[in-house]
Amino acid sequence: MRGTTRVKWVVGVAVLGLAATACGSSSDDKKDDKGGGGGSNGLPAGYFSAYSTEPQNPLQPANSNETGGFYPLQLMFRGLYTYDSKTGQPVPAMAESVESTDSINYTVKIKSGWTFHNGEPVTAKSYVDAWNWGALSTNKQINASPWFEKIEGYDAVHPKEGAPTSKELTGLKVVDDKTFTIKLVQAYSSFKASLGYVVYSPLPQEFFKDPAKYGEAPIGNGPFQLDSANGGWNHKKSLTVKKFDKYAGDDKPKSNGVQLQFYTSYDAGYTALRDNKLDVIDQIPTSAIGSFKKDLGERAIEAPQFSIQKIGFPLYDAGWGAPGKEKVRAGLSMAIDRASIVKAIYKGAEQPATDWLAPNIPGYSKDITGELTKYDPVKAKQLVKDGGGIPGGKLTIATNADGPHKEWVTAVCNSINEVIGQGSCEPKLYPEFGVARKDISGKKMTGAYRTGWRGDYPFPDNFLADVYQTGAASNDSGYSSPVFDDLAKRASAASDQTQAIQLWQDAEKQMVKDVPSIPLWYYVTKGGSSTKVSNVQFDPYGNPVWTEVTVK
Amino acid sequence: MGRYVVRRLLQMIPVFIGTTFLIYYMVYQLGGDPISAMFGDKGADPVFVRLKREEFHLNDPLIVQYWYYITDLLQGNFGTSFNGRPVAEELKRAFPVSIRLAMIAFAIEVVIGVGLGLLSGLRRGKLADTMVLAGTLVVISIPVFVLGTVAQFWLGSEWGIFEATASVGDPTWSQLVLPGLVLGSLSLAFVARLTRTSVAENMRADYVRTATAKGLPRRRVVTRHLLRNSLIPVVTFLGADLGALMAGAIVTEGIFNVDGVGRLIYLAVTKHESSTVVGAVAALVMIYLVMNLIVDLLYAVLDPRIRYA
Repeated sequence: MRGTTRVKWVVGVAVLGLAATACGSSSDDKKDDKGGGGGSNGLPAGYFSAYSTEPQNPLQPANSNETGGFYPLQLMFRGLYTYDSKTGQPVPAMAESVESTDSINYTVKIKSGWTFHNGEPVTAKSYVDAWNWGALSTNKQINASPWFEKIEGYDAVHPKEGAPTSKELTGLKVVDDKTFTIKLVQAYSSFKASLGYVVYSPLPQEFFKDPAKYGEAPIGNGPFQLDSANGGWNHKKSLTVKKFDKYAGDDKPKSNGVQLQFYTSYDAGYTALRDNKLDVIDQIPTSAIGSFKKDLGERAIEAPQFSIQKIGFPLYDAGWGAPGKEKVRAGLSMAIDRASIVKAIYKGAEQPATDWLAPNIPGYSKDITGELTKYDPVKAKQLVKDGGGIPGGKLTIATNADGPHKEWVTAVCNSINEVIGQGSCEPKLYPEFGVARKDISGKKMTGAYRTGWRGDYPFPDNFLADVYQTGAASNDSGYSSPVFDDLAKRASAASDQTQAIQLWQDAEKQMVKDVPSIPLWYYVTKGGSSTKVSNVQFDPYGNPVWTEVTVK
Repeated sequence: MGRYVVRRLLQMIPVFIGTTFLIYYMVYQLGGDPISAMFGDKGADPVFVRLKREEFHLNDPLIVQYWYYITDLLQGNFGTSFNGRPVAEELKRAFPVSIRLAMIAFAIEVVIGVGLGLLSGLRRGKLADTMVLAGTLVVISIPVFVLGTVAQFWLGSEWGIFEATASVGDPTWSQLVLPGLVLGSLSLAFVARLTRTSVAENMRADYVRTATAKGLPRRRVVTRHLLRNSLIPVVTFLGADLGALMAGAIVTEGIFNVDGVGRLIYLAVTKHESSTVVGAVAALVMIYLVMNLIVDLLYAVLDPRIRYA
């Protein structure tokens, strides 16, 4: 009867498993109260929680190119400038003054009274050392290139081949404790506006002792400091910061602390927010876009973003790139009834585009594109006809089916079909974003595609030079206009900003003639908050305004 | 019996080396440059890409890369991911979460699945049987993300019977009950149907008639004779299913915010991070192999006619 006893054992395991679950639930409920899981109720008094993801890299200012790493840095660091939470314009933070007469040589004076979280004063050296370290290729900082390559001496510290020949950028010089100078490779009229970006943050001397260890528990000079007592950076789980009492900036935090909670998906985060277990979410999952205003009521938040939706064209393609086809592109643009589409799909939150620049970007204009962005069925049809018709007889607009874009692409096509004739436009669906991107950036498109752009800093070159200048990293359409390039070059190198903005507008007038892409509308951030916090806002870059949130 | 176990354990060594190489090869074949991919839509910094590729031996031939990996692994070093964090830490974090989730799902499917199967097998053609058959058909035909989302909304958010989302990183047992239920439901349906068929068939077997004829009480006939023999196909299914519960729970994990092995592997595959993928999958392969062995040994327990030498 050996077997019989063993059968008992099998059933025994199952019962044991259940018993374990039962015990587990009672003892673990207590643990839950201590935090980690449930919203502001589990957090220390005056703290709130926000959706985020695990930072991909050690927390060093130049080592983040994703939101997960960007949020903690934004909470714990402040550079020379910060960006206004409403307009997105640069506002001096640590900068007393940044002066330049030629947009090449800058003299930076910093304010006194600022200290790092460990008490060390922030000096000119804190900036110069930090930038030198970030630019050095052997330190393998993922976000170094686009920002530091503008500074003189970058080629020596970040050479294309071989080891760096110098450890310091020749363009940076400490004058005294509160002053340093920057020399750029060439004139950049937008340089000052970009100085609020987190890559240009200062670092304390503590950093250089062991950068890797520092990356786990950074010491910054920002409004919040790492809260080690409440877990600090608890990998794959959360990152908690508390208010820094000696913060010298004007934007002092109105809460006691923030816990970034690393959810696995926006869907899971949204469920938690709806149940009041999470306080702030910076994006609504696609599945809830239609219902979030009803679900959340007053807790739903919308805020304008420096972000534009466009239709791009493969100008490298024989059909679309042929001379005269700009008329067809202009006609298609006029065949799109932006106002009605936006009203139907976004309930009017998004604004129809009248410029390739987003509103509040210096140089933005309500009429620069003129007729091009106005709905005019008669003229649209005429222009398409004048241009010799749509290449291939039909316009396809490629988009990825895994995002929230399919709906509006269909709507745009319907609008074009009504004006130009049935069957002249059709969405082309890619299964996922990555696959679509690969074809677009690999210049393998034969039809139009959806494309968007979100600004990093408020200046036209971020929206124009980076996308439409010949050979620019993100010039997916292959647009190349000598007139535009010349104006762009002059605008980038202009010695003062007003002149630069004027030149950018001239460059845009060339774009109106060439129609390298069709501007559609400007995006808004869609987020939400719990009932336990108030004054949750999003800045034009789509980030929560951390310091303004108050906990009820 | 002892020799049989030793032999089986020794067989695991070539299987282990073979699978790790195969997976390493497959990740290698995914194509594309994982370092450039770290930059997303923006243009990659060629200098950064060059230095990182050197650091991770990505320019070496496949076999050399694998050699670096396997020699490290044999010294107990699982390697590091592209952002410099040890893979072992990731595994140590993700596996306990998935094991807990799988245990709950497993317990649910064994207890409820076998229970329901026995019930409907004994009452074939009666109302209870029809209900079980219809119920399991519904569960089998509904995709898991529908089931998960609906269960989360009603049982979690609206009625508050269970917790709707788990806390990231370290979910508690109680937070895993609902995802465990959803995860186990599909297998539960299979287990119930397997048990039902098996029980119904064995009802007519000679040894059951004999047991009844010699006057044993019905309860004893059912539990000792009928159920035990009927469990063989069920145990085979359950053994293989445990691995699937751990690695294949990615949809359920996503809905309920459980950060387990499924998600770890998925993210690592999208990032082409061979060391993480191979480490996690190798551990799963070991679990499969061990489960398989246990299942084979259980056959002997359930059916005395089966012997291993």
